[in-house]
Amino acid sequence: MTRSHAIEAEGLVKHFGDTVAVDGVSFVVPEGTVLGLLGPNGAGKTTTVRMMTTLTRPTGGTGRVAGHDILADPAAVRRSMGLTGQAATVDELLTGRENLRLIGSLYGLDPAYIRRASDELLERFSLADAGDRTAKTYSGGMRRRLDLAVSLIATPPVLFLDEPTTGLDPRSRVELWDVLRELVADGTTLLLTTQYLEEADQLADNIVVIDRGTVIAEGTPLQLKDQSGAAALVVTVSRPEDLGIAEQMLRDHVAEVHTDPGARQLTAPAEGLTHMTRIAGIFAESQIELDDIGLKRPSLDDVFLHLTGHRAEDALADDQTEEAS
Amino acid sequence: MNDQTGTTTRRSQISRPDIRQTGLLTQSFAIARRNFIHIKRMPEMLMDVTIQPVMFVLLFAFVFGSSIAIPIDGGYKAFLLAGIMAQTVAFSSFIVAVGLTADLEKGIVDRMRSLPINPAAVLVGRSFSSVAHSSIGLVVMSLTGLTIGWGIHTDVFRAALGYLLLVGWAFAMIWVGIWVGSAMRSVEAVNGVMFATMFPITFLANTFAPTDSMPDWLRTVAEWNPISALTQAVRELWGNDMPLHADAELPLRYPVVFTIGWIIVITAVVAPLAIRTFRSRTAD
Repeated sequence: MTRSHAIEAEGLVKHFGDTVAVDGVSFVVPEGTVLGLLGPNGAGKTTTVRMMTTLTRPTGGTGRVAGHDILADPAAVRRSMGLTGQAATVDELLTGRENLRLIGSLYGLDPAYIRRASDELLERFSLADAGDRTAKTYSGGMRRRLDLAVSLIATPPVLFLDEPTTGLDPRSRVELWDVLRELVADGTTLLLTTQYLEEADQLADNIVVIDRGTVIAEGTPLQLKDQSGAAALVVTVSRPEDLGIAEQMLRDHVAEVHTDPGARQLTAPAEGLTHMTRIAGIFAESQIELDDIGLKRPSLDDVFLHLTGHRAEDALADDQTEEAS
Repeated sequence: MNDQTGTTTRRSQISRPDIRQTGLLTQSFAIARRNFIHIKRMPEMLMDVTIQPVMFVLLFAFVFGSSIAIPIDGGYKAFLLAGIMAQTVAFSSFIVAVGLTADLEKGIVDRMRSLPINPAAVLVGRSFSSVAHSSIGLVVMSLTGLTIGWGIHTDVFRAALGYLLLVGWAFAMIWVGIWVGSAMRSVEAVNGVMFATMFPITFLANTFAPTDSMPDWLRTVAEWNPISALTQAVRELWGNDMPLHADAELPLRYPVVFTIGWIIVITAVVAPLAIRTFRSRTAD
């Protein structure tokens, strides 16, 4: 069974003068799923989105959005997708409702439809009370929500979000995630770029990790975590004085043990589920009381470190330049 | 214009509204309407075509008016008005450049370009609102002029042609604005460039004083300055002109022809540059 792909990128390449911003990026996004394009600043995420949304012409390669080729039929691509850019690109001097009407009428939507859809969208994004205020008075989170609402005025089946939660406080971020989940539940296909590993973990069905313009890994969040190496076995003892004995016992069964007295925790490389059950059994027969024993999967942070040799945050300081252009 | 070529995507299970293919004009009006809302929300945006020129008219008329004797009906004040109007329409490039740079900076242009519209609508819409903006200025200045002794002493046809040349000039200057606006990275840079160029250009002319008493070399420069042809043309068409110097340069002898010529030349030279700069700014 083959599922149709709402978004396909085929060997996208983009040069800016001598700089290679994107160097052969390919991926597919099945209909109704979420792809997280993960990478540090300057990795080529924004440039990839700009090519897929027909804002920038690729130097090489091509792509399709809802079956329309980005080079051969950019107009059809624009009719099929919505884009929310990195900065909230709402017009500050217009009210929320006027922003929706402007974009709606540029789409060529019927004025009565725009009024109805605006009411629904404002309601859905908790902006009903703010709809007639200028966007200048909105908070960061409200602007982002309005920006997203504006992208949805023509109900596009495909939505591109470039770092949708950058600069938002944690609460607004979680609220926006909920809205995005709803959209996907309704059948929208989503491509979102992010430098937050947690965000990709929370929202994405599939993740494509890009660094320096190329895809360095892809898979489900779980696959990526598995790929980055073994999970860790974590044992937490109840009484601090047991920590020493527990460490001795554990050393007989594993290669190395890391002790964290503050957390009363012992960490060791895990060798699978049966191995863990066996160790749990040994502790059960001993006098040592445990608070917890379990396998801890690596976080996407660990994945990123494993794949690129640097942490996602470290890369922020690096080449921030071309992502902005 | 509303043909049903834009169809909804059959592949999706989401029910979508009808997307009608609209024309460039409809799209440009939608964008111009947004710019008018800006003016409504921030009326101080109109200062450059209202308070500022009116202040110039009053300052120049009352400060220099008594020391510059102009042998026409209404004296220096009547002479001055066409000059201030020419300066104001030349400054319309300023309005376009500032607005465009702000939209580019904030990503508004990108948002528009991601929509199924003609990319030119962004520029055409901005031009519409800019010409309307300048026209408001012309009305305000005419009314101010009437109160201080300026008037049109010719016929309706000539009067209209004078206004038409001013608006035509504003159109040509839109391209200058698009060019500068696309090339500059910030509104502050636009302000700097425009002040540094537009002020000398609009002053080094016959706008505020006759060129007769200038040193020879300066007089030649001033009389070949395109703004001088425009100012002279409007003065002649409205009957506010004074007799020309015996060896006045060609543009002042045939000001209407030269003004139309300048409008065509400026547009022909700057428009391709402006479009190229705008494209390379937005497409990469």
